[in-house]
Amino acid sequence: MHECTCNPGFMRDTLIPMVGIITDIRTETPDVKTFRVNAPGGGKLFEHLPGQCAMVCVPGVGEAMFSITSSPTNKEYQEFSIKRCGVLTEHLHSLQVGDEIMVRGPYGNNFPVETELKGKNLLFIAGGIALAPLRSVINYVLDNRENYGDIDILYGSRSMDDLVQRREIEEVWSKVPGVNVHLTIDREQEDWDGHVGFVPSYLKELAFDTNRTALLCGPPIMIKFCLQGLKEMGFRSEQVYTTLELRMKCGVGKCGRCNIGTKYVCKDGPVFRFDEIDELPNEY
Amino acid sequence: MHRIKKSELPRLYEAIAKTQTLYLPVKSAGKTNFAVWTETAQPDIDTLKTVKSPKDAFFPQCENLYTVKREEGKLKLTAEELESESFVVFGIRACDVRALSVLDKVFLSNPVDTYYAARREHGILVSLACSRPETSCFCGTFGIDCAQPEGDVATWLCGEYLYWQPQTEKGESLTNALSDLLEEAEEAPVEKAKEEIRAICERLPLKDLSLEKWGAHAAHDNFDSPLWEELYKGCLACGTCTFVCPTCQCYDIKDYDTGNGIQRYRCWDSCMYSDFTMMAHGNNRTSQMQRFRQRFMHKLAYFPANNDGMFSCVGCGRCVDKCPSHLNIVKVIKTFGKEEA
Amino acid sequence: MQELIIRAKELLECGEVARVLGWRKGEHVYDPEPAFFQSADALENFVYNGFCGANLSKYMIEASKLEGKTLVFLKPCDTYSFNQLLAEHRIDREKAYIIGVGCKGKLKIENIGADGILDIEGADYPDCGEELNVKTLYGDVKVAYKDAMLERCHVCKGKEHRIFDEKIGESVDTLDAERFAEVERIEKMSPEEKFAYFQAELSKCIRCNACRNVCPACSCRKCVFDSTKFDSAQKANATTFEEKMFHIIRAFHVAGRCTDCGECSRVCPQGIPLHLFNRKFIKDMNELYGDYQAGVDVDAKAPLVCFSQEDAEPGALTERG
Repeated sequence: MHECTCNPGFMRDTLIPMVGIITDIRTETPDVKTFRVNAPGGGKLFEHLPGQCAMVCVPGVGEAMFSITSSPTNKEYQEFSIKRCGVLTEHLHSLQVGDEIMVRGPYGNNFPVETELKGKNLLFIAGGIALAPLRSVINYVLDNRENYGDIDILYGSRSMDDLVQRREIEEVWSKVPGVNVHLTIDREQEDWDGHVGFVPSYLKELAFDTNRTALLCGPPIMIKFCLQGLKEMGFRSEQVYTTLELRMKCGVGKCGRCNIGTKYVCKDGPVFRFDEIDELPNEY
Repeated sequence: MHRIKKSELPRLYEAIAKTQTLYLPVKSAGKTNFAVWTETAQPDIDTLKTVKSPKDAFFPQCENLYTVKREEGKLKLTAEELESESFVVFGIRACDVRALSVLDKVFLSNPVDTYYAARREHGILVSLACSRPETSCFCGTFGIDCAQPEGDVATWLCGEYLYWQPQTEKGESLTNALSDLLEEAEEAPVEKAKEEIRAICERLPLKDLSLEKWGAHAAHDNFDSPLWEELYKGCLACGTCTFVCPTCQCYDIKDYDTGNGIQRYRCWDSCMYSDFTMMAHGNNRTSQMQRFRQRFMHKLAYFPANNDGMFSCVGCGRCVDKCPSHLNIVKVIKTFGKEEA
Repeated sequence: MQELIIRAKELLECGEVARVLGWRKGEHVYDPEPAFFQSADALENFVYNGFCGANLSKYMIEASKLEGKTLVFLKPCDTYSFNQLLAEHRIDREKAYIIGVGCKGKLKIENIGADGILDIEGADYPDCGEELNVKTLYGDVKVAYKDAMLERCHVCKGKEHRIFDEKIGESVDTLDAERFAEVERIEKMSPEEKFAYFQAELSKCIRCNACRNVCPACSCRKCVFDSTKFDSAQKANATTFEEKMFHIIRAFHVAGRCTDCGECSRVCPQGIPLHLFNRKFIKDMNELYGDYQAGVDVDAKAPLVCFSQEDAEPGALTERG
């Protein structure tokens, strides 16, 4: 782990963050920016696993959990794709390259890329900003291409302009052998010759066979209908993973708010297999 | 066994406070709460239940975690110092001692909360047996014996004396340090006092509270029950039950702008509050029924499921006494208990 | 009490009301809870006794959103709150069927001053008497009914229901103290004494928000203290905010609208006499603008929201000091 010279306290207690420097900001969509973060002396703040999250904090403004969108295979920096939707994210969007923020983590579990997912055909399904957590896995898998089978990425957004990471999708992911990218937008738009329609209906049209594991992330309503679609295609709950998000303050299962039944999303999640979620009370 | 005359207690407090911070029940503006002993404080060890539990001494209602300042354009973070000196909590009751074991499960599990851990390490508990248990008490339900409290030292009020029995190494050394004030004593009066206390406990109206419907299995069984809809209706969504509770551990982390840097502080939060789970993009517990259910499911089902069957309630009965609408955990336990399986 | 149950059953059965808002029996005589009853069977657990202090007016905000009428039992002092909520358009008169219930003063268990209370005789309505027979683990005691009453009952505004559809039950006059006496006592203190008094009281505050949440005048959909943009939101802060600000701000917010129902002081777990702030404002307004009691008349113009040429000039306060 990076030795934080500006703050000797952070190794002491997980609630104490370290300082990170914003080294790049990409405007992805009208309301999503991707922030690249480095340690003040260069290099990464910490090592993480695909699907893990971190607390991003602006002193005096707030602190919230975000998924780390960069892959652990990236040895230089961490990235967060953040949608502007509240007080903290509004502030983050006003920051410039060179500004300092505070980060603590990584928190939570990860997608089982080295165990259950290894050797499998993978189907990624994402909607809108929810590509952020899956991107970490996608890039991890692509960087270890030989360990995985066929890869399908189904990604949809409200409009063409709301597709996050569009350049990477088109210039990198689409060109990897054995990777099929399926993009869709909710409504017809000029200059768009791709698929039009919601993610769940496109999923049905694509009619995947069940010889694959699905990783699903998006707004609750999309998750609901995609899961229904996958089940109709014959997928079992054990074949579908997702990552959840609830309000968090501590990140380590102590502040008491992100539980669904006996599970804390911050500590026992955020990654869950659907057979685990089926066991939980319906409160998410 | 040692003892000291009740009338000599002010000298004992003074002696303890000479070398370390002493928390004890203090009466102020008509109510008794744990507070730091001062020469002008009015100690009150006769009141059975302080309004707030003594968990404040280990998990304060509000504490700074760190301060962030901007120096020459750079963020400079200074973590709050951890407790490094020993302190005594005097007059803590059996239920409240056990409540700390419940909090330990949360704060001392990995990753350890160092703020809490440092206080636990340096805190010395001088417990006090309950001479006059109240009708709202049900600590026995959780296997707690209020006649024989846990703690580094256990004490009993019998007649004109406070009997004093060290129970741990920490307790022994405190006893040694106070040896000038404590005299050797027979055990018999204490044994008699214990018998009397246990006899009263047999007559407590809540002594037969059954937890049969609760525990790890209830995490599934009770969540979708229609009884919640019945139970929560009078709830005002205030935080009284959570703030007087010795085991409630939920907290919030917030910023305070001092004008000279940002203090990041932690304060008690309440799962009863409408913004407890609110995020910029949504809230997974939008109704008071859901929030009410969460509190009791946490104490009686989720917590035991995650902690080898230990309940996150010690039967102190503060919520029974203090809820503005007279809702409480006993009513929840009983209402579910009445239902046929 | 049986009379109330019988009438409630009739109104439920004939379809006049869809539900009943009243008090439900607790574990003991002293812990009835505000509750909605949906059926005649459920009313078996209805209770009305000396411990039914809870003012049900505020629950009518939620009940006003439901289908059909709600039968609500209101004590004389509760009707002031009901009227005030009507004046503020927070509840719907058409959604309420009000039975004004008699009141013989409401009790506070802590005022009985006994440990280990098992049972109390003499608190049941309508048969409550002058004396409470209190059975405890540590022997039986007798307490005068009056001595166990809530503070607000000693300064009762009168047993007249200000709004009702029908009335059931007898009341007993409980007024035996001067309403503004305590305010006057504090007014006479030196600034240092006043500060010490309020600091001692308010430093007990644990910011549980019970006073706010029970208050019929605190009916904002979103409280200013719940705003994420307000640094001192609803939880304790690192400063002594509770002592200096929270209760004062709340008192200002309800000034002119507070009916002096006393619920804030009834529910405070730390026994802070919060009603004194409100009563001070009421006293001031009476002195500056003439006597006014919120909740007497829905159509009356409150002194703080109307102007007349006779109104006191702001300078009057400075002169008074």
